[in-house]
Amino acid sequence: MEWLALSPEEWTAVRLSIKVALWAMIGSLPLGIVVALLLARGNFWGKSVLNGLVHMSLILPPVVTGYLLLLSFGRRGPIGAFLDTHFGIVFSFRWTGAALACAVMGFPLLVRAIRLSIESVDRRLEAAAGTLGASPLWTFATITLPLILPGILAGMILCFAKAMGEFGATITFVSNIPGETQTLPSAIYTFTQVPGGDTGALRLTLVSIAIAMAALVASEVLARRLGRRMDIE
Amino acid sequence: MSLSVDISHSQGAFRLEAAFESPGRLTALFGPSGSGKTSLVNIIGGLIKPESGRIAVDGRVLVDRKAGIFLPRHKRRIGYVFQDARLFPHLTVSQNLRYGRWFTPPSERYADIDAVVGLLGIGHLMERRPNLLSGGEKQRVAIGRALLASPRLILMDEPLAALDDARKAEILPYIERLRDEAKVPIVYVSHSIAEVARLATDVVILSDGKVVAAGPASEVLQKLDLLPAGERGEGGALLEMTVAEQDAGHAITVLRSAAGDIRVPVFGGAVGQRVRIRIRARDVIVATKKPEGLSALNIVAGTVASVREGEGAHADIGIDCGGQTVLARITGLSLRTLGLRVGQPVYAVIKTVSFEPGTVAAGLKGEHSG
Repeated sequence: MEWLALSPEEWTAVRLSIKVALWAMIGSLPLGIVVALLLARGNFWGKSVLNGLVHMSLILPPVVTGYLLLLSFGRRGPIGAFLDTHFGIVFSFRWTGAALACAVMGFPLLVRAIRLSIESVDRRLEAAAGTLGASPLWTFATITLPLILPGILAGMILCFAKAMGEFGATITFVSNIPGETQTLPSAIYTFTQVPGGDTGALRLTLVSIAIAMAALVASEVLARRLGRRMDIE
Repeated sequence: MSLSVDISHSQGAFRLEAAFESPGRLTALFGPSGSGKTSLVNIIGGLIKPESGRIAVDGRVLVDRKAGIFLPRHKRRIGYVFQDARLFPHLTVSQNLRYGRWFTPPSERYADIDAVVGLLGIGHLMERRPNLLSGGEKQRVAIGRALLASPRLILMDEPLAALDDARKAEILPYIERLRDEAKVPIVYVSHSIAEVARLATDVVILSDGKVVAAGPASEVLQKLDLLPAGERGEGGALLEMTVAEQDAGHAITVLRSAAGDIRVPVFGGAVGQRVRIRIRARDVIVATKKPEGLSALNIVAGTVASVREGEGAHADIGIDCGGQTVLARITGLSLRTLGLRVGQPVYAVIKTVSFEPGTVAAGLKGEHSG
């Protein structure tokens, strides 16, 4: 079983992947909730445009998404240059860029899960909270948010899993730099490109499967616990 | 306490134009389904914004479209008990009860949690979640939750409609206690005359979006022709009486008032307790001479106070019995055969067994305001 032990480089790729996926998941959550709310409840001009934009990365080839990110968030891209000069935030060829690419790719899944759970909330409960003196903001915080928590968790898990597996957009946007932007899929890809890299690829594949399964089981357990607590009839 | 409503609102082809004032402790909004009752309470509670009009509770203006006033629902301090309870599924009963209290400024909190829990008999449910409650328990918790927000008015939209008769019987006494003991006026929506007759101090009858009658319950429920068609047979007089005697041997309770004694099937109240009975107009027989050899136990002397001939075969006779009016619905043929006229001494005959469960109930306690 010697061959199962990960090399330091491989450990770096695993740790980096988890870090990138966590940041992608947590960073996109606030915007994801707002967009899901707008899509579920809003009634405004351009709603279908927003819906299309959110789902764009689901339809486009990941390479195209990565290239678009490079064009806009790259050093010379309009947004990238602005963030660099004013806030010192750099995305291109950094792990932050990998997180951004993963967030963009996972965003539609996150929004979709949250939107569905918002749509299933009984709005009459919110009306009841209003008659008890809760302002719309308090109603959201004390009624809507707890009720959509299972949906938020499901969306977060989906987003995390997507981020763990993201390859095309990441490698196009931030390349494949060991220790900086080489996530699990990139590392596996690299192994398959060199002679004798088969065992390394297999090791990382097993790690990928383990992490994906763990995430899935965790979400199941959480969902069941929340479901038991509420048991909405 | 006073509630003043004068609004109009359109929903599709349906037009609601309602104006009434009620000084009562429990005002029933009464009418058939589709008459606009629920829309009207939703407007009072702030769930619907009326197109025009004005609503005030105790002089505090909630809506005045002309003056540009529209108080959002969370600032109205109006409790709302919905037909479907609407308890928050992610909170325990205790947390549900305390929800509104949290948003109430401390200086305006008058409802005491222990008193309310005791009043509604829900102390043993506090740590449960709503999904583990029966329909009746849910509705009691919903009433408590509304009350604990210390509202200035409570709206109840057919709170018993989703329950079976046993559960209804379980909750009605709590609503009576609320009416008598809590210092908050109630607007109660119902399409059941039995509930209205039992609970209301004042009644507003809605029909097709319009107010057709409004006033004290004992007066409005005698206007049989204005009652919803399906409930007309249940209409009649409301009499306030006291328990005079319990005849356990015959399973009969004797009630007394200035009108005389009335015997009803045994009603579990202490001697001296006030009760309110509903005598359905169709159950009353009118006799010009005191009948003898009759199985009916209640023969009450009075004088004809009013005669109103209806459009069909019937006529409604109001009989003044010691200051309270008993209404009798008889045929036009009987009216002419007996030659009844106002001022004539007559006897009202009522069978004891015609008092079905629900027609005899605890009377109003405390001062009358309706």
